[in-house]
Amino acid sequence: MSYLDLSNIRKSFENETVLDGISLSVPEGGTLVLFGKSGAGKTVLLRTIAGAIDPDAGSVTIGGQDMTTVPPEHRGIGMAFQNFALFPHMSAFDNIASSLTSRRMSASEIKRKVQDVAELLKIDHVLTHTPKALSNGQKQRTALARALVSEPKVLLLDDPLRNVDAKLRFEMRLELPCLLADRGATVVYVTQDYKEAMALGERIAVLDQGNIVQIGSPEDIYKRPANTEIAQLFGDPTVNLLDVVPQEDERGLHAFLSDQRVDFHGDFPGVAGRDCIVGLRPEALSFTQNGGFPVTIEAVTPFNEKTVTLVTTLRGREILVSQPAQSTVPEGPEQNITISAQDAILFDRQTGKRLEPVTTGERVEEAA
Amino acid sequence: MDHTSLLERWLRRFALALIVTFFMFPIFWIVLMSLQTNETILRSPPSMAFVPTFDNYLAILAGRLDSNVASMGIDFLNNLMNSIILSVSSVAVALCLGVPAAYAFARHKFRGSEDIAFTLLSFRFAPPLLVLLPLTLYFQQIGLADTYLGLVWVYQLICLPLILWIVRGYFEDISPDIEYAYRIAGHSWFATFRKIALPLAGPGIAAAGLLAFIFAWNNFIFALVLASADKQPVTVGALAFVTASGIQYGQIAAAVVLSIAPTLALALWAQRYLVEGLSLGAVKG
Repeated sequence: MSYLDLSNIRKSFENETVLDGISLSVPEGGTLVLFGKSGAGKTVLLRTIAGAIDPDAGSVTIGGQDMTTVPPEHRGIGMAFQNFALFPHMSAFDNIASSLTSRRMSASEIKRKVQDVAELLKIDHVLTHTPKALSNGQKQRTALARALVSEPKVLLLDDPLRNVDAKLRFEMRLELPCLLADRGATVVYVTQDYKEAMALGERIAVLDQGNIVQIGSPEDIYKRPANTEIAQLFGDPTVNLLDVVPQEDERGLHAFLSDQRVDFHGDFPGVAGRDCIVGLRPEALSFTQNGGFPVTIEAVTPFNEKTVTLVTTLRGREILVSQPAQSTVPEGPEQNITISAQDAILFDRQTGKRLEPVTTGERVEEAA
Repeated sequence: MDHTSLLERWLRRFALALIVTFFMFPIFWIVLMSLQTNETILRSPPSMAFVPTFDNYLAILAGRLDSNVASMGIDFLNNLMNSIILSVSSVAVALCLGVPAAYAFARHKFRGSEDIAFTLLSFRFAPPLLVLLPLTLYFQQIGLADTYLGLVWVYQLICLPLILWIVRGYFEDISPDIEYAYRIAGHSWFATFRKIALPLAGPGIAAAGLLAFIFAWNNFIFALVLASADKQPVTVGALAFVTASGIQYGQIAAAVVLSIAPTLALALWAQRYLVEGLSLGAVKG
């Protein structure tokens, strides 16, 4: 049963379409991540849900009630802003308490609730400070506390980790999913960090130019991105995109990358001979002693958890190879790499869209 | 500042002293004049050596103007009172009308809002006499001539555009997110205006109010045309010192000192609020 429903939301500002007919639904207690580059319309969509922006067309339904024209104060939502939007003339306590003072609630009850949420977010020692005296991390937690304290049924988080440092972002990325699950609220989370999206999202909706380009589980989007752009946005190091013209023979659709045959599983009618792009995740490539195709190693970047190597093929195409940290990069510049073919993603070069096999040959093979 | 040499610091102090002297000298001279008799003021060449006298102030407070020819009554204290009544009520009315209007212009862009805002500003472009002559006729017909109400109304031409345009800028500087956050926290738009927008624009409102007060206080032409003797503010009242038997420079100077005192005191007092930080730390810093 979906709790938050958006239907055909449209919004334009001075002839520029920002939201172009967006429909979404989030089940009660579910989390939806809105992912997209800046300018994709994520924030505008979130504000439409909050009631800060009125849509030109379409409707917002929360808990079965049409909220399209209801003012923000009566929608029963909590929201954390990207820029925190704390009230500079109030202490952290009053900032958090502002979500409660509009209700009939005794001062002692307000104090208890604020104290509780402050302890949960570890800001109870700075409650008397004004926002000016808070660090960025404390500001972010204060803003989050303000959104959480009234226990709203719908929680809107607009890239809350954007303006905090890397360490805190990492901590919060671990903490937030538990925190949100405990609250039982229906959450819409905006981010442009794919790791955050993967960490939080049961479902991710990818927004681009006011449209939802793809909606699915994190795994779905990683393995079956709708187009080359999404494939590039999800994944670090980024996916290798190589131009190919696949051919068909009795063994099915395939392409040659520097003489190594890459098979595409499943039926792709009409794809043979077309200009295509093959997407290879860096972790789908590995160095090999026998077989594969020759490459030259250009640069090796060791991270703690993985080693990323930039290589060039004989034809001068650059490819990234990612390996787990334990495995060693072989000595010497001339090496061979091999492709684990079931991870290859095929895109149409003209539209950039992923080419979907008619029958899912991959699963048939796995079953057999 | 640690890097500046001694010479540089002294040069800076000297420059500051020079500027202050330049701007403060007329006021200093007026204060000196107010402590002299007409004879010592009109000495040639002028000299700074004289025996200070408070006769001028006493004459003004007593309301009697004594010249070497005759003695006449003036009611300068009444003028001062009129100035206070007119300025305070004009600024109060302008704040009540202008601040909500400024908020509306800053936050709600509606068709023609820019045109209306500009029209209000354009009141200040017109030469006052252009407005005053027809206004005098109207006011006489509807009974507003020579009333405080009528004068306060006309003073809105000075105060309202000033407050509207200054305060509007301050409202526009407040991040709308802060207001949305308060709305989403469950407060009505009016509560948001009162608890968020007004306090955050506070220093701006104080500055605009002070400026409007000074402009209203210094206004001359409106009251000259529209008010009779018992409603005239100090600016017009000072004309009484120009008598048939001569100009009473000492008393004019004393009157000027008395009439700039309230605005000066107000400015010094309001200064604290003007420099208070506006919205530091509100959004990401």
